[in-house]
Amino acid sequence: MARNARNKGPKKGSAKRSRLPAAPHPRLQLRWIAHARSGDKGDTANVGLIALKPEYYPILHREVTVARVARHFKGMVSGVERFELPNLNALNFLLHGALDGGGTISLKTDAQGKVYSTALLRMEIPISPALARGLLR
Amino acid sequence: MSRRVVRVAAGQGFWGDWLEAPVRQVRGGPIDYLMMDYLAEVTMSIMQKQKSRDPKAGYARDFVPLMERILPDIVEKGIKVTSNAGGVNPRGCAEAVLETARRLGLAGKVKVGLVSGDDLLGRLDQLIAGGHSLSNMETGRPLSDVRDRVLSANAYLGMAPIVEALRGGAHVVITGRVTDTGLTLGPIFYEFGWPSDDWDKVAAGTVAGHIIECGAQCSGGNLLKDWRKVKGLANPGFPIVEALPDGTFVVTKHPGTGGVVSVASVTEQLVYEMGDPRSYITPDGVADFTTIHLKQAGRDRVRVGGIQGGPPTPLLKVSIAYFYGYKAVGTLVYSWPDAYDKARAADRILRERLADLGLEFEQILTEFVGASATHGRLSGPPNSEAPEVQLRVGVRASERAPVERFTREIAPLVLTGPPSVTGFAGGRPAVEEVVAYWPALIDRRQVEPHVRVEILTA
Repeated sequence: MARNARNKGPKKGSAKRSRLPAAPHPRLQLRWIAHARSGDKGDTANVGLIALKPEYYPILHREVTVARVARHFKGMVSGVERFELPNLNALNFLLHGALDGGGTISLKTDAQGKVYSTALLRMEIPISPALARGLLR
Repeated sequence: MSRRVVRVAAGQGFWGDWLEAPVRQVRGGPIDYLMMDYLAEVTMSIMQKQKSRDPKAGYARDFVPLMERILPDIVEKGIKVTSNAGGVNPRGCAEAVLETARRLGLAGKVKVGLVSGDDLLGRLDQLIAGGHSLSNMETGRPLSDVRDRVLSANAYLGMAPIVEALRGGAHVVITGRVTDTGLTLGPIFYEFGWPSDDWDKVAAGTVAGHIIECGAQCSGGNLLKDWRKVKGLANPGFPIVEALPDGTFVVTKHPGTGGVVSVASVTEQLVYEMGDPRSYITPDGVADFTTIHLKQAGRDRVRVGGIQGGPPTPLLKVSIAYFYGYKAVGTLVYSWPDAYDKARAADRILRERLADLGLEFEQILTEFVGASATHGRLSGPPNSEAPEVQLRVGVRASERAPVERFTREIAPLVLTGPPSVTGFAGGRPAVEEVVAYWPALIDRRQVEPHVRVEILTA
């Protein structure tokens, strides 16, 4: 059911659609159902993605796949790994090659990957119309 | 006789953290231990550089005036301190603290536990010759690649020497490269008399240490969830772990302080800098973060339990710093209208000039602050109505000369480039030396026999 919504980047149109619960498969930025924190280890950034409510965790688990996260960060990272923490309603992503060498070598403003967290929260996932209505209320 | 609860308070989350925090932890309510983490990955190399210029330096200098402020309180209240402020010169740090204690009239009342033996710099060639390649954990390259540029090399020690120092009666334990988590584990294991091979307890103490090692980042600081609702951050309550004999603990903060301790605030810190959550490896054991259970147990109190773990590996991590090269970052601000387009045009001109000069860089990185600096192409198309955009260009090279020349190419853009430019009052950007981090592993038997604990009295 999520398939027909794939391959849509964060375009203006799809962002608008996420606010229209009438669409068959509304899309929603992760920021509405998750919070996050990120950090670094060498040239790898980690993003811990945490469900805002326990009932959102299965959605994160199902929709925020390695393939989708890799597509989201295409051109910005060299590889993605995912780990599950159902006890914390959280997923942990490792984004390899994300920090221009990392640590003191990096020339990036975000050399320590502190705001890859919010960059992941920009990602859009398909959600059910019922959940969309609940969130919009 | 074992205690019912051990309260470990975090006083510093990094070298440069809020200076008032340790003082407020000591005076704001009951605590048993004050834990202060100073060492980030390349901090040791900075300290090594300072020590090479002055043999008395090489530790977190802030620690001594801080101890001067709180020593009378901790002596009066019986609070003990654990800190890795010793850097590459824990003896120098310990002596400075003892001297301070004497000056405060506390002679005979302060015992300092000094932990050494983590420093491998003097033994590096011997170790390499002995077949310890100290290969880079990320790249797999042997240390011999950069041996002549190594500035510091320290093995991460665990809680054992801290427990030993506390058994020896130390009030203040000063170490070099001890893990952040060891600074919390040590006091808890010492007080409860737990055996060091009770792996679930080791894992629990490790998780406790991880939660508080970044100071207020678990108690409302940098908290994304409902950040507008976090109140009182002008006086942030730094975290306190209340450890119980059954291996569970509560994370809390002093009453009357700002911030918040909630399941959300603790969870954000738990996932910070996380790798594989099933194996959080320390010298003391391996903790499984997928076994952690959190429960709100009152206002600003989170109960943590269920934690399982296993024995440590036969290897210790080694933190090596080596000289890498030079870098500089220059910035200019372009204003409305079309601020982004102007900044982009300036970047193109700058790059053309650098190329015309024949300067060679390992990397030239351009960012547009206010448009896309932190989220790259995910930021979407630039807004032509943006009030301003900062052009930020960084360069890196193995030689100093091209970086030096780059720093002279920023200001000229003001009169020779696109219009409506400002923000160059800071002058020419500084050339920075890049000291890079080289993580490696070593057989712990090469390190542990060299670890020493001494008790010094003021």
